[in-house]
Amino acid sequence: MNPSGPNALSSQETSPASSTGHAVIAVEDVHKTYDLGETKVHALRGVTLSIRRGEFVAIMGASGSGKSTFMNIIGCLDKPSSGRYLLEDTDVAQLDKKQLAGIRNRKIGFVFQGFNLLARTSALENTELPTLYARIDRAERHQRAVDALNMVGLSERMDHFPSQLSGGQQQRVAIARALVNRPSILLADEPTGNLDSRTSVEVMGIFQNLNNKGLTIILVTHEHDIAQFAKRNIIFRDGKVRRDELITTQSIASEVLKTMPTVEE
Amino acid sequence: MDPFSTMRTALRALARNKMRSILTMLGMVIGVGAVIAMLGIGQGADQTMQKQIANLGSNMLFVTSGSMNLGGLRLGWGATKTLVRDDVTAMVKECHAVAAAAPGTQTTAQVVYGNDNWGTRVTGTTPEYFEIRTWPFQSGASFTEDDVTTAANVAVIGDTVRKNLFAATDPVGKTVRIGNLPFTVVGVLEAKGQSPAMSEDQDDTIIMPLTMLQKKITGQTWLRWVMLSAKSQSASYAAKQQIEALLRDRHRIREGQPDDFSVRNLAEFAQAASETSSVMTLLLGSIAGISLLVGGVMIMNIMLVSVTERTREIGIRLAIGATESDVQHQFLTEAVVISLLGGALGILIGLVASFVISTTVGWPILVSPMAIAGSAAVSMAVGIFFGYYPAQKAAQLDPIDALRYE
Repeated sequence: MNPSGPNALSSQETSPASSTGHAVIAVEDVHKTYDLGETKVHALRGVTLSIRRGEFVAIMGASGSGKSTFMNIIGCLDKPSSGRYLLEDTDVAQLDKKQLAGIRNRKIGFVFQGFNLLARTSALENTELPTLYARIDRAERHQRAVDALNMVGLSERMDHFPSQLSGGQQQRVAIARALVNRPSILLADEPTGNLDSRTSVEVMGIFQNLNNKGLTIILVTHEHDIAQFAKRNIIFRDGKVRRDELITTQSIASEVLKTMPTVEE
Repeated sequence: MDPFSTMRTALRALARNKMRSILTMLGMVIGVGAVIAMLGIGQGADQTMQKQIANLGSNMLFVTSGSMNLGGLRLGWGATKTLVRDDVTAMVKECHAVAAAAPGTQTTAQVVYGNDNWGTRVTGTTPEYFEIRTWPFQSGASFTEDDVTTAANVAVIGDTVRKNLFAATDPVGKTVRIGNLPFTVVGVLEAKGQSPAMSEDQDDTIIMPLTMLQKKITGQTWLRWVMLSAKSQSASYAAKQQIEALLRDRHRIREGQPDDFSVRNLAEFAQAASETSSVMTLLLGSIAGISLLVGGVMIMNIMLVSVTERTREIGIRLAIGATESDVQHQFLTEAVVISLLGGALGILIGLVASFVISTTVGWPILVSPMAIAGSAAVSMAVGIFFGYYPAQKAAQLDPIDALRYE
């Protein structure tokens, strides 16, 4: 099976074939080496893959496998030592720091394991934060933040501080924040790492909803059952892609939730 | 980020650590407050002095008889007996830049009126004296040229003498005694206050014809001083040179020998006074500089602590799309807000302190808008200067490291 589309560069043993969309992310032979004085750490040793619009990818691997480095590179927080990274056909290596900040601001939404919300700042203002850096006028900023919070089902708690919210609610605020500038890609680094299993499934439900609306989602996790909510799994090991496969039986969050006992909050 | 949002973010960050922000401001508050208060006092004193000098007449010149070297003893100004009335006549006649001249000498004496007596300075001079000093009368008038010629028993009294001897009654026409000589009071001078140049109560005096004082009281024929007015303020230097040349000639002082007199013009007094006040200003300026430096270092210190504490926040901001300059502006704004608020508070405290000092001690205070605007500008500059490095440090953080920072 050969993937369709001109930008598909996969040469792995298993290739995803379901998606017919345009490649949003195309990575060609990317290496990343950290120079720690005497020793050199090869975090990535030649990664080539592409992700199309509308995909829902789970990246898995043990710690040290290079998955976090890979996420940092596609999140434009870090640059590859060698190789090419094309984000929506733009070679990221050509961009200066300011342009990279712009990409992080408008094209990519980040969700972190530790939520990373600003303390003593309301849910609404946390959500609004990326819009401050996007040259959007005040009324529009407010409206977008409210919309984003509605989308994750938190319209009731917009004035709450993170300390007044549960872990799941905090992660929803973080997702709302990631969505507020309407990015084309959502990057989530262990988004369920700090959550209980029911809340984790709820968060995955939000991701599946967003994906169904066309948002490209890339998720890093080490939990196998969480990865089953995605449509494609990429497994990293020793800085290389070990396996890249489509999920044949995707878990559907809304159905899984029905089988779980309800927990009183 | 737009300036409004930047400002709001900065204010919130400062409000989050209220106590710390206030303590950080304290250096600026004290520095700027001290500067405003001290500048107020300094400028007030300076202005009063300049006003008093102007009050004396800025084209006035003052000749005193000189020092004499008596076998190694230098007797000080006023010791020589060479300055006489003929010199004064010659000055008016021959020095073109001189408008008028009043010779004078003085002593101290006890003045008696009725049961009261008062020790005061007795000045002997001519009627020109009042013109040169532009000294108006509150009642009566000057004695005349004839009174000088005839050595008449008449006198003009200063306001302090009037207060001490006459209280509420009008002294004009009354008779006072000095020793056993009776004098008819013909005029009372307006109060003139403390003299800046000679630091004495100018109103504590009784003035009579020169001839009277010389013949009946001191028995001296020489003068202690001559007061002159130049034709204009710009002519006062020329007048000084002309007088010096004339007196050296008349006193037959050979080349290379020192003068037996001294000529000063009030422009020089004014200059000396403003030199004193500029030394003061320099001193105050350096104190201000030091306190602002300390205030600035405090701000820098706290901003560095703040950057370290908020490393994670900076990481979040960078990850979600803040540019380096966004982060830099945010921290720079915080530093400037602290320093400006501190400066504003300092200005307020300085104004209050000035007011309290001027009302309790009675010193004149002048806080110029320039001093306030200058303080505000300096506060802002301090914030930018000392906030720059911490802000730069924040902006240079690596987002990945910053996000991992615990």
